[in-house]
Amino acid sequence: MTIPAMVVRVKQKRIAELVSHGKRLDERRLDEYRKIQLETGVIERAEGSARIRLGKTEVMVGIKIETGEPFPDTPNEGVLTVNAELVPLASPTFEAGPPDENSIELARIVDRGIRESKAIATEKLCITPGKKVFVVFVDVYVLNHDGNLIDASAMAALAALLNTKMFNYEVKDGEIQVKPGYTQIPIANYPIAVTFAKINDKLVVDPWLEEEQVMDARLTITMDKDSKVCAVQKGGYGYFSKEQILEVAKIAKEKSEELRKILVKS
Amino acid sequence: MSKKSSEKLEKSEKTGKTPEKLINKNDVRLDGRKLNELRPAKLEVGILANADGSAYIEQGKNKILAAVYGPKELHPKHLALPDRALLHCRYHMAPFSVQERKSPAPSRREIELSKVIREALEPSIFAEYYPRTSIDIFIEVLQADGGTRCAGITVASLALADAGIPMRDLVSACAAGKVEDHLVLDLTDTEDKAGEADMPLAFMPNFNAITLLQMDGKLTSDEFEQAVNMAVEGCKQMYTLQKEALKAKYLVKEATEE
Repeated sequence: MTIPAMVVRVKQKRIAELVSHGKRLDERRLDEYRKIQLETGVIERAEGSARIRLGKTEVMVGIKIETGEPFPDTPNEGVLTVNAELVPLASPTFEAGPPDENSIELARIVDRGIRESKAIATEKLCITPGKKVFVVFVDVYVLNHDGNLIDASAMAALAALLNTKMFNYEVKDGEIQVKPGYTQIPIANYPIAVTFAKINDKLVVDPWLEEEQVMDARLTITMDKDSKVCAVQKGGYGYFSKEQILEVAKIAKEKSEELRKILVKS
Repeated sequence: MSKKSSEKLEKSEKTGKTPEKLINKNDVRLDGRKLNELRPAKLEVGILANADGSAYIEQGKNKILAAVYGPKELHPKHLALPDRALLHCRYHMAPFSVQERKSPAPSRREIELSKVIREALEPSIFAEYYPRTSIDIFIEVLQADGGTRCAGITVASLALADAGIPMRDLVSACAAGKVEDHLVLDLTDTEDKAGEADMPLAFMPNFNAITLLQMDGKLTSDEFEQAVNMAVEGCKQMYTLQKEALKAKYLVKEATEE
Protein backbone atom coordinates (compact mmCIF):
# COMPACT_ATOMS: atom_id res chain seq x y z
CA MET A 1 0.00 0.00 0.00
CA THR A 2 1.71 3.17 -1.12
CA ILE A 3 0.01 6.41 -0.39
CA PRO A 4 0.84 9.20 -2.83
CA ALA A 5 3.17 11.70 -1.15
CA MET A 6 0.77 14.58 -1.80
CA VAL A 7 -2.04 13.00 0.19
CA VAL A 8 0.31 12.35 3.08
CA ARG A 9 1.49 15.96 3.12
CA VAL A 10 -2.09 17.27 3.04
CA LYS A 11 -3.11 14.95 5.84
CA GLN A 12 -0.06 15.85 7.89
CA LYS A 13 -0.90 19.52 7.53
CA ARG A 14 -4.43 18.79 8.70
CA ILE A 15 -3.18 16.86 11.74
CA ALA A 16 -0.89 19.71 12.73
CA GLU A 17 -3.63 22.33 12.29
CA LEU A 18 -6.08 20.35 14.39
CA VAL A 19 -3.57 19.87 17.18
CA SER A 20 -2.94 23.60 17.41
CA HIS A 21 -6.68 23.94 18.06
CA GLY A 22 -6.53 21.27 20.74
CA LYS A 23 -8.09 18.57 18.56
CA ARG A 24 -6.91 15.36 16.91
CA LEU A 25 -7.81 13.66 13.68
CA ASP A 26 -9.03 10.56 15.51
CA GLU A 27 -11.10 12.75 17.85
CA ARG A 28 -9.09 11.99 20.96
CA ARG A 29 -8.26 14.66 23.52
CA LEU A 30 -4.62 15.75 23.53
CA ASP A 31 -4.03 13.77 26.73
CA GLU A 32 -6.08 10.74 25.82
CA TYR A 33 -4.71 7.27 25.11
CA ARG A 34 -6.09 5.01 22.43
CA LYS A 35 -8.12 2.01 23.52
CA ILE A 36 -5.97 -0.56 25.27
CA GLN A 37 -6.69 -4.27 24.96
CA LEU A 38 -4.50 -6.65 26.84
CA GLU A 39 -4.21 -10.44 26.83
CA THR A 40 -1.73 -12.35 28.91
CA GLY A 41 -0.45 -15.90 28.77
CA VAL A 42 -0.86 -16.05 25.01
CA ILE A 43 2.24 -18.19 24.38
CA GLU A 44 2.29 -21.39 26.42
CA ARG A 45 5.91 -22.19 25.60
CA ALA A 46 7.11 -18.93 27.13
CA GLU A 47 7.42 -18.50 30.90
CA GLY A 48 5.38 -15.34 30.54
CA SER A 49 3.72 -13.50 27.69
CA ALA A 50 1.38 -10.69 26.81
CA ARG A 51 -0.15 -9.17 23.73
CA ILE A 52 -1.26 -5.57 23.76
CA ARG A 53 -3.34 -3.62 21.30
CA LEU A 54 -2.99 0.12 21.64
CA GLY A 55 -5.38 1.33 18.99
CA LYS A 56 -4.00 -0.43 15.92
CA THR A 57 -0.51 -0.81 17.34
CA GLU A 58 0.11 -4.41 18.36
CA VAL A 59 3.01 -5.69 20.39
CA MET A 60 3.70 -9.10 21.82
CA VAL A 61 6.19 -9.76 24.57
CA GLY A 62 7.51 -13.17 25.52
CA ILE A 63 9.58 -13.90 28.60
CA LYS A 64 12.06 -16.76 28.66
CA ILE A 65 14.11 -17.69 31.69
CA GLU A 66 17.44 -19.47 31.54
CA THR A 67 20.41 -19.86 33.82
CA GLY A 68 23.60 -17.96 33.26
CA GLU A 69 26.44 -16.09 34.90
CA PRO A 70 25.87 -12.92 36.92
CA PHE A 71 27.73 -9.67 36.20
CA PRO A 72 30.94 -9.40 38.24
CA ASP A 73 29.69 -6.28 40.08
CA THR A 74 26.32 -7.81 41.02
CA PRO A 75 27.22 -11.43 41.90
CA ASN A 76 24.01 -12.00 43.87
CA GLU A 77 21.53 -10.75 41.31
CA GLY A 78 19.72 -12.27 38.39
CA VAL A 79 20.22 -10.74 34.96
CA LEU A 80 17.71 -8.84 32.83
CA THR A 81 18.05 -8.72 29.04
CA VAL A 82 15.66 -6.81 26.83
CA ASN A 83 15.60 -7.17 23.09
CA ALA A 84 13.20 -5.69 20.55
CA GLU A 85 12.43 -6.92 17.07
CA LEU A 86 10.74 -4.69 14.53
CA VAL A 87 9.66 -7.61 12.39
CA PRO A 88 8.97 -6.90 8.71
CA LEU A 89 5.37 -8.07 8.92
CA ALA A 90 4.57 -5.11 11.21
CA SER A 91 5.13 -2.30 8.74
CA PRO A 92 6.24 -1.69 5.15
CA THR A 93 9.07 0.40 6.57
CA PHE A 94 10.58 -2.43 8.65
CA GLU A 95 13.26 -4.55 7.06
CA ALA A 96 14.63 -7.91 8.06
CA GLY A 97 18.14 -7.99 9.37
CA PRO A 98 20.13 -7.16 12.48
CA PRO A 99 18.51 -4.69 14.89
CA ASP A 100 18.74 -1.11 13.65
CA GLU A 101 19.03 1.98 15.83
CA ASN A 102 15.26 2.22 16.25
CA SER A 103 14.84 -1.26 17.65
CA ILE A 104 17.92 -0.87 19.84
CA GLU A 105 16.60 2.41 21.21
CA LEU A 106 13.17 0.85 21.84
CA ALA A 107 14.70 -2.09 23.69
CA ARG A 108 16.92 0.14 25.76
CA ILE A 109 14.06 2.42 26.82
CA VAL A 110 12.00 -0.59 27.92
CA ASP A 111 15.10 -2.00 29.62
CA ARG A 112 15.79 1.21 31.57
CA GLY A 113 12.21 1.37 32.83
CA ILE A 114 12.30 -2.18 34.18
CA ARG A 115 15.88 -1.99 35.43
CA GLU A 116 15.90 1.42 37.08
CA SER A 117 12.53 0.97 38.80
CA LYS A 118 13.80 -2.41 40.02
CA ALA A 119 10.63 -4.01 38.69
CA ILE A 120 12.13 -7.49 38.94
CA ALA A 121 13.47 -8.41 42.37
CA THR A 122 16.68 -9.72 40.78
CA GLU A 123 18.26 -10.47 44.17
CA LYS A 124 15.77 -13.31 44.47
CA LEU A 125 16.96 -14.85 41.20
CA CYS A 126 20.38 -15.91 42.44
CA ILE A 127 21.24 -19.63 42.44
CA THR A 128 24.94 -19.69 43.42
CA PRO A 129 26.42 -16.25 44.20
CA GLY A 130 28.97 -15.20 41.60
CA LYS A 131 28.44 -18.36 39.59
CA LYS A 132 24.92 -19.05 38.57
CA VAL A 133 21.80 -16.89 38.40
CA PHE A 134 18.58 -16.79 36.43
CA VAL A 135 18.59 -14.67 33.29
CA VAL A 136 15.27 -13.11 32.36
CA PHE A 137 14.95 -12.51 28.63
CA VAL A 138 12.29 -9.96 27.68
CA ASP A 139 11.69 -10.17 23.95
CA VAL A 140 9.57 -7.41 22.47
CA TYR A 141 7.96 -8.39 19.20
CA VAL A 142 6.21 -5.63 17.28
CA LEU A 143 3.37 -7.07 15.20
CA ASN A 144 1.70 -3.95 13.83
CA HIS A 145 3.21 -0.49 13.86
CA ASP A 146 0.72 2.31 14.21
CA GLY A 147 2.74 4.62 16.44
CA ASN A 148 3.89 4.82 20.05
CA LEU A 149 5.73 1.52 20.11
CA ILE A 150 7.52 2.60 23.29
CA ASP A 151 4.48 2.78 25.55
CA ALA A 152 2.90 -0.31 24.03
CA SER A 153 6.13 -2.30 24.42
CA ALA A 154 6.73 -1.13 28.00
CA MET A 155 3.18 -2.02 29.00
CA ALA A 156 3.31 -5.39 27.28
CA ALA A 157 6.66 -6.13 28.93
CA LEU A 158 5.30 -5.35 32.39
CA ALA A 159 2.12 -7.34 31.73
CA ALA A 160 4.21 -10.28 30.55
CA LEU A 161 6.45 -10.11 33.63
CA LEU A 162 3.38 -10.05 35.85
CA ASN A 163 2.33 -13.21 34.07
CA THR A 164 5.68 -14.98 34.31
CA LYS A 165 5.75 -18.27 36.16
CA MET A 166 8.88 -20.20 36.89
CA PHE A 167 9.19 -23.83 37.92
CA ASN A 168 9.76 -24.43 41.62
CA TYR A 169 13.25 -25.56 42.48
CA GLU A 170 15.71 -26.12 45.23
CA VAL A 171 19.47 -25.80 45.06
CA LYS A 172 21.55 -28.84 45.97
CA ASP A 173 25.36 -28.54 45.67
CA GLY A 174 24.98 -25.66 43.26
CA GLU A 175 22.66 -27.66 41.01
CA ILE A 176 19.01 -26.92 40.46
CA GLN A 177 16.52 -29.62 41.39
CA VAL A 178 13.16 -29.05 39.82
CA LYS A 179 10.20 -29.48 42.11
CA PRO A 180 6.56 -29.72 41.13
CA GLY A 181 4.53 -26.58 40.62
CA TYR A 182 5.15 -23.06 39.38
CA THR A 183 5.59 -19.71 41.11
CA GLN A 184 5.19 -16.15 39.86
CA ILE A 185 8.60 -14.44 39.50
CA PRO A 186 9.12 -11.71 42.12
CA ILE A 187 7.89 -8.33 40.84
CA ALA A 188 8.69 -5.34 43.04
CA ASN A 189 7.64 -2.35 40.97
CA TYR A 190 5.36 -1.34 38.09
CA PRO A 191 7.06 1.07 35.70
CA ILE A 192 4.86 2.75 33.10
CA ALA A 193 6.16 4.69 30.10
CA VAL A 194 4.20 7.71 28.90
CA THR A 195 5.18 9.19 25.54
CA PHE A 196 4.40 12.67 24.28
CA ALA A 197 4.76 14.11 20.81
CA LYS A 198 5.36 17.79 20.21
CA ILE A 199 3.29 18.98 17.27
CA ASN A 200 2.99 22.70 16.46
CA ASP A 201 4.44 23.44 19.89
CA LYS A 202 1.63 21.51 21.61
CA LEU A 203 1.99 18.30 23.57
CA VAL A 204 0.05 15.23 22.52
CA VAL A 205 -0.01 11.99 24.44
CA ASP A 206 0.19 8.52 22.80
CA PRO A 207 0.90 9.66 19.21
CA TRP A 208 -0.29 7.33 16.47
CA LEU A 209 1.78 6.74 13.35
CA GLU A 210 0.66 9.76 11.34
CA GLU A 211 1.13 12.04 14.31
CA GLU A 212 4.64 10.64 14.69
CA GLN A 213 5.26 11.55 11.07
CA VAL A 214 4.44 15.22 11.73
CA MET A 215 5.86 15.57 15.23
CA ASP A 216 8.93 17.70 15.89
CA ALA A 217 10.12 15.58 18.78
CA ARG A 218 8.96 13.05 21.31
CA LEU A 219 9.58 12.64 25.00
CA THR A 220 9.06 9.50 27.04
CA ILE A 221 8.89 9.56 30.81
CA THR A 222 8.77 6.29 32.71
CA MET A 223 7.32 6.47 36.21
CA ASP A 224 7.37 3.86 38.92
CA LYS A 225 4.60 2.96 41.34
CA ASP A 226 5.57 5.78 43.72
CA SER A 227 5.41 8.31 40.86
CA LYS A 228 9.17 8.63 40.79
CA VAL A 229 10.75 9.34 37.44
CA CYS A 230 12.89 6.33 36.59
CA ALA A 231 13.70 6.80 32.91
CA VAL A 232 13.49 9.60 30.36
CA GLN A 233 14.20 9.66 26.65
CA LYS A 234 13.87 12.43 24.13
CA GLY A 235 13.74 11.48 20.48
CA GLY A 236 13.20 13.13 17.13
CA TYR A 237 14.80 16.10 15.42
CA GLY A 238 13.13 18.89 17.37
CA TYR A 239 13.44 20.18 20.90
CA PHE A 240 11.42 20.92 24.03
CA SER A 241 11.44 24.01 26.20
CA LYS A 242 12.20 23.57 29.87
CA GLU A 243 8.61 24.48 30.72
CA GLN A 244 7.29 21.81 28.34
CA ILE A 245 9.46 19.17 29.97
CA LEU A 246 8.14 20.01 33.41
CA GLU A 247 4.58 19.95 32.07
CA VAL A 248 5.24 16.56 30.51
CA ALA A 249 6.45 15.25 33.88
CA LYS A 250 3.23 16.46 35.50
CA ILE A 251 0.88 14.88 32.94
CA ALA A 252 2.97 11.70 32.87
CA LYS A 253 2.31 11.26 36.56
CA GLU A 254 -1.50 11.24 36.08
CA LYS A 255 -1.36 9.11 32.95
CA SER A 256 0.99 6.51 34.41
CA GLU A 257 -1.30 6.05 37.39
CA GLU A 258 -4.26 5.63 35.04
CA LEU A 259 -2.45 3.07 32.88
CA ARG A 260 -1.06 1.18 35.85
CA LYS A 261 -4.59 0.52 37.07
CA ILE A 262 -5.50 -1.10 33.75
CA LEU A 263 -2.37 -3.23 33.73
CA VAL A 264 -2.02 -4.42 37.25
CA LYS A 265 -5.63 -5.56 37.59
CA SER A 266 -5.60 -7.70 34.44
CA MET B 1 27.93 -11.55 26.81
CA SER B 2 24.66 -9.66 26.81
CA LYS B 3 24.38 -5.99 26.03
CA LYS B 4 24.21 -4.93 29.64
CA SER B 5 27.43 -6.69 30.45
CA SER B 6 29.49 -4.55 28.13
CA GLU B 7 27.83 -1.50 29.62
CA LYS B 8 28.48 -2.78 33.10
CA LEU B 9 32.08 -3.45 32.27
CA GLU B 10 32.44 0.01 30.95
CA LYS B 11 30.81 1.40 34.05
CA SER B 12 32.32 -0.84 36.68
CA GLU B 13 36.07 -0.72 35.96
CA LYS B 14 37.76 2.63 36.57
CA THR B 15 39.32 3.20 39.94
CA GLY B 16 39.02 -0.41 40.95
CA LYS B 17 36.63 -0.08 43.85
CA THR B 18 34.32 2.68 44.90
CA PRO B 19 35.34 4.64 47.98
CA GLU B 20 32.82 4.58 50.78
CA LYS B 21 31.89 8.25 50.70
CA LEU B 22 31.57 10.20 47.46
CA ILE B 23 30.43 13.42 49.12
CA ASN B 24 31.80 14.52 52.49
CA LYS B 25 29.84 16.33 55.18
CA ASN B 26 30.85 19.73 53.82
CA ASP B 27 29.23 18.86 50.48
CA VAL B 28 32.60 18.46 48.81
CA ARG B 29 32.95 15.69 46.23
CA LEU B 30 35.79 13.20 45.84
CA ASP B 31 37.61 15.34 43.30
CA GLY B 32 37.18 18.45 45.45
CA ARG B 33 34.29 19.92 43.52
CA LYS B 34 31.19 21.55 44.94
CA LEU B 35 27.82 19.91 44.20
CA ASN B 36 26.99 22.26 41.33
CA GLU B 37 30.48 22.59 39.92
CA LEU B 38 31.60 21.37 36.51
CA ARG B 39 34.86 19.54 36.02
CA PRO B 40 37.58 21.78 34.58
CA ALA B 41 37.24 21.65 30.80
CA LYS B 42 39.57 22.54 27.98
CA LEU B 43 38.16 23.02 24.50
CA GLU B 44 40.07 23.42 21.29
CA VAL B 45 38.79 24.07 17.77
CA GLY B 46 40.27 23.05 14.43
CA ILE B 47 42.85 20.45 15.32
CA LEU B 48 42.54 17.86 12.57
CA ALA B 49 43.90 18.68 9.14
CA ASN B 50 41.67 16.52 6.94
CA ALA B 51 38.29 17.23 8.48
CA ASP B 52 36.15 20.17 7.34
CA GLY B 53 35.67 20.95 10.99
CA SER B 54 37.09 19.49 14.17
CA ALA B 55 37.34 20.05 17.89
CA TYR B 56 38.75 18.45 21.01
CA ILE B 57 37.56 18.46 24.59
CA GLU B 58 39.17 17.46 27.84
CA GLN B 59 36.72 17.51 30.69
CA GLY B 60 38.11 15.92 33.81
CA LYS B 61 39.57 12.66 32.52
CA ASN B 62 37.34 12.65 29.44
CA LYS B 63 39.27 13.14 26.22
CA ILE B 64 37.09 13.35 23.13
CA LEU B 65 37.70 14.26 19.50
CA ALA B 66 35.03 15.30 17.03
CA ALA B 67 35.27 15.77 13.29
CA VAL B 68 32.76 16.94 10.69
CA TYR B 69 32.81 16.21 6.98
CA GLY B 70 30.34 17.88 4.68
CA PRO B 71 27.97 18.97 3.39
CA LYS B 72 28.99 16.51 0.71
CA GLU B 73 27.55 14.19 -1.87
CA LEU B 74 25.66 11.31 -0.33
CA HIS B 75 26.31 7.64 -0.97
CA PRO B 76 24.24 5.62 -1.56
CA LYS B 77 22.24 8.25 -3.39
CA HIS B 78 18.79 6.80 -2.71
CA LEU B 79 19.14 7.81 0.93
CA ALA B 80 19.26 11.50 -0.01
CA LEU B 81 16.49 13.70 1.34
CA PRO B 82 14.87 16.01 -1.22
CA ASP B 83 14.46 18.94 1.15
CA ARG B 84 17.36 18.77 3.60
CA ALA B 85 20.78 17.40 4.36
CA LEU B 86 20.99 13.97 5.92
CA LEU B 87 22.81 14.07 9.21
CA HIS B 88 24.95 11.09 10.01
CA CYS B 89 26.51 10.67 13.42
CA ARG B 90 28.83 8.07 14.86
CA TYR B 91 29.69 8.04 18.54
CA HIS B 92 32.45 5.58 19.13
CA MET B 93 34.69 4.64 22.03
CA ALA B 94 38.29 3.66 21.49
CA PRO B 95 39.14 0.17 22.78
CA PHE B 96 41.64 1.75 25.20
CA SER B 97 39.27 4.43 26.49
CA VAL B 98 38.07 2.37 29.43
CA GLN B 99 39.72 0.17 32.05
CA GLU B 100 38.85 -3.15 30.46
CA ARG B 101 39.39 -3.13 26.70
CA LYS B 102 36.20 -2.41 24.81
CA SER B 103 35.61 -4.25 21.57
CA PRO B 104 35.87 -1.76 18.70
CA ALA B 105 32.65 -3.07 17.15
CA PRO B 106 29.76 -0.66 17.87
CA SER B 107 27.85 -1.79 20.96
CA ARG B 108 24.12 -1.32 21.40
CA ARG B 109 24.88 1.56 23.72
CA GLU B 110 26.98 3.29 21.07
CA ILE B 111 24.29 2.80 18.44
CA GLU B 112 21.69 4.36 20.70
CA LEU B 113 23.97 7.23 21.66
CA SER B 114 24.80 7.92 18.01
CA LYS B 115 21.07 8.31 17.41
CA VAL B 116 20.30 10.57 20.37
CA ILE B 117 23.39 12.72 19.74
CA ARG B 118 22.35 13.19 16.11
CA GLU B 119 18.89 14.20 17.29
CA ALA B 120 20.45 16.58 19.83
CA LEU B 121 22.52 18.36 17.17
CA GLU B 122 20.02 18.40 14.32
CA PRO B 123 17.79 21.19 15.75
CA SER B 124 20.79 23.52 15.68
CA ILE B 125 21.63 22.98 12.00
CA PHE B 126 20.07 24.66 8.97
CA ALA B 127 19.91 21.29 7.23
CA GLU B 128 17.36 22.68 4.76
CA TYR B 129 20.15 24.78 3.16
CA TYR B 130 21.80 21.67 1.74
CA PRO B 131 19.19 19.32 0.27
CA ARG B 132 20.37 15.92 -1.06
CA THR B 133 23.71 16.13 0.75
CA SER B 134 25.06 14.54 3.88
CA ILE B 135 26.81 15.99 6.90
CA ASP B 136 28.89 13.43 8.76
CA ILE B 137 29.74 13.86 12.43
CA PHE B 138 32.30 11.56 14.03
CA ILE B 139 32.86 11.49 17.76
CA GLU B 140 35.74 9.43 19.08
CA VAL B 141 36.01 8.95 22.81
CA LEU B 142 39.72 8.50 23.50
CA GLN B 143 39.33 8.30 27.24
CA ALA B 144 36.07 8.03 29.16
CA ASP B 145 35.19 9.08 32.68
CA GLY B 146 31.44 9.59 32.75
CA GLY B 147 29.39 12.13 30.81
CA THR B 148 30.95 11.28 27.45
CA ARG B 149 27.74 11.75 25.49
CA CYS B 150 27.40 15.28 26.85
CA ALA B 151 31.04 16.18 26.23
CA GLY B 152 30.64 14.55 22.81
CA ILE B 153 27.71 16.80 21.93
CA THR B 154 29.51 19.90 23.19
CA VAL B 155 32.60 19.15 21.14
CA ALA B 156 30.69 18.01 18.03
CA SER B 157 28.75 21.27 18.02
CA LEU B 158 32.07 23.13 17.95
CA ALA B 159 33.30 20.94 15.10
CA LEU B 160 30.13 21.77 13.16
CA ALA B 161 30.75 25.48 13.71
CA ASP B 162 34.39 24.99 12.68
CA ALA B 163 33.20 23.34 9.46
CA GLY B 164 31.28 26.52 8.70
CA ILE B 165 27.91 24.85 8.72
CA PRO B 166 25.13 27.42 9.27
CA MET B 167 23.72 26.95 12.74
CA ARG B 168 20.95 28.49 14.81
CA ASP B 169 22.97 28.17 18.00
CA LEU B 170 25.65 26.04 19.57
CA VAL B 171 24.48 22.98 21.47
CA SER B 172 25.92 22.63 24.94
CA ALA B 173 25.46 19.55 27.07
CA CYS B 174 25.89 18.61 30.67
CA ALA B 175 24.52 15.98 33.04
CA ALA B 176 22.93 16.38 36.43
CA GLY B 177 22.20 13.52 38.76
CA LYS B 178 21.76 12.28 42.26
CA VAL B 179 24.58 10.89 44.36
CA GLU B 180 24.25 9.93 48.02
CA ASP B 181 20.99 11.83 48.24
CA HIS B 182 22.51 15.05 46.84
CA LEU B 183 21.75 16.54 43.44
CA VAL B 184 25.05 17.06 41.66
CA LEU B 185 26.30 18.43 38.36
CA ASP B 186 28.55 16.72 35.80
CA LEU B 187 28.93 13.23 37.25
CA THR B 188 32.15 11.29 36.93
CA ASP B 189 32.03 7.62 36.08
CA THR B 190 32.39 6.64 39.74
CA GLU B 191 29.55 8.97 40.75
CA ASP B 192 27.35 7.73 37.93
CA LYS B 193 27.96 4.12 38.85
CA ALA B 194 27.40 4.52 42.57
CA GLY B 195 24.77 7.26 42.30
CA GLU B 196 21.01 7.06 42.29
CA ALA B 197 20.33 8.87 39.03
CA ASP B 198 22.02 10.33 35.98
CA MET B 199 20.37 12.77 33.61
CA PRO B 200 22.24 13.99 30.52
CA LEU B 201 20.78 17.11 28.94
CA ALA B 202 21.66 19.16 25.85
CA PHE B 203 20.56 22.74 25.46
CA MET B 204 20.56 25.59 22.93
CA PRO B 205 20.80 28.62 25.25
CA ASN B 206 19.47 31.22 22.81
CA PHE B 207 16.31 29.23 22.14
CA ASN B 208 15.60 27.81 25.59
CA ALA B 209 15.56 24.54 23.67
CA ILE B 210 16.36 21.20 25.24
CA THR B 211 17.55 18.96 22.43
CA LEU B 212 18.57 15.89 24.41
CA LEU B 213 17.14 14.57 27.61
CA GLN B 214 17.71 11.13 29.02
CA MET B 215 17.56 9.81 32.52
CA ASP B 216 18.05 6.62 34.39
CA GLY B 217 17.76 6.07 38.09
CA LYS B 218 15.10 7.35 40.43
CA LEU B 219 14.06 10.91 41.07
CA THR B 220 10.94 12.41 42.62
CA SER B 221 9.10 15.00 40.50
CA ASP B 222 10.66 17.80 42.56
CA GLU B 223 14.16 16.40 42.21
CA PHE B 224 13.57 15.95 38.49
CA GLU B 225 12.66 19.62 38.14
CA GLN B 226 15.69 20.73 40.17
CA ALA B 227 17.97 18.44 38.18
CA VAL B 228 16.68 19.89 34.89
CA ASN B 229 17.37 23.40 36.18
CA MET B 230 20.80 22.43 37.41
CA ALA B 231 21.78 20.77 34.12
CA VAL B 232 20.55 23.79 32.14
CA GLU B 233 22.78 26.05 34.26
CA GLY B 234 25.69 23.69 33.64
CA CYS B 235 25.02 23.85 29.89
CA LYS B 236 25.16 27.65 30.03
CA GLN B 237 28.63 27.45 31.56
CA MET B 238 29.75 25.03 28.84
CA TYR B 239 28.33 27.47 26.29
CA THR B 240 30.67 30.19 27.55
CA LEU B 241 33.63 27.82 27.18
CA GLN B 242 32.52 26.89 23.67
CA LYS B 243 32.34 30.52 22.60
CA GLU B 244 35.78 31.18 24.06
CA ALA B 245 37.20 28.22 22.15
CA LEU B 246 35.77 29.53 18.87
CA LYS B 247 37.07 33.01 19.61
CA ALA B 248 40.49 31.61 20.44
CA LYS B 249 40.71 30.18 16.96
CA TYR B 250 38.94 32.76 14.86
CA LEU B 251 38.85 36.10 16.67
CA VAL B 252 42.40 36.23 18.00
CA LYS B 253 43.96 35.27 14.67
CA GLU B 254 42.19 38.14 12.97
CA ALA B 255 43.54 40.56 15.53
CA THR B 256 47.14 39.42 15.08
CA GLU B 257 46.95 39.76 11.32
CA GLU B 258 46.25 43.47 11.50
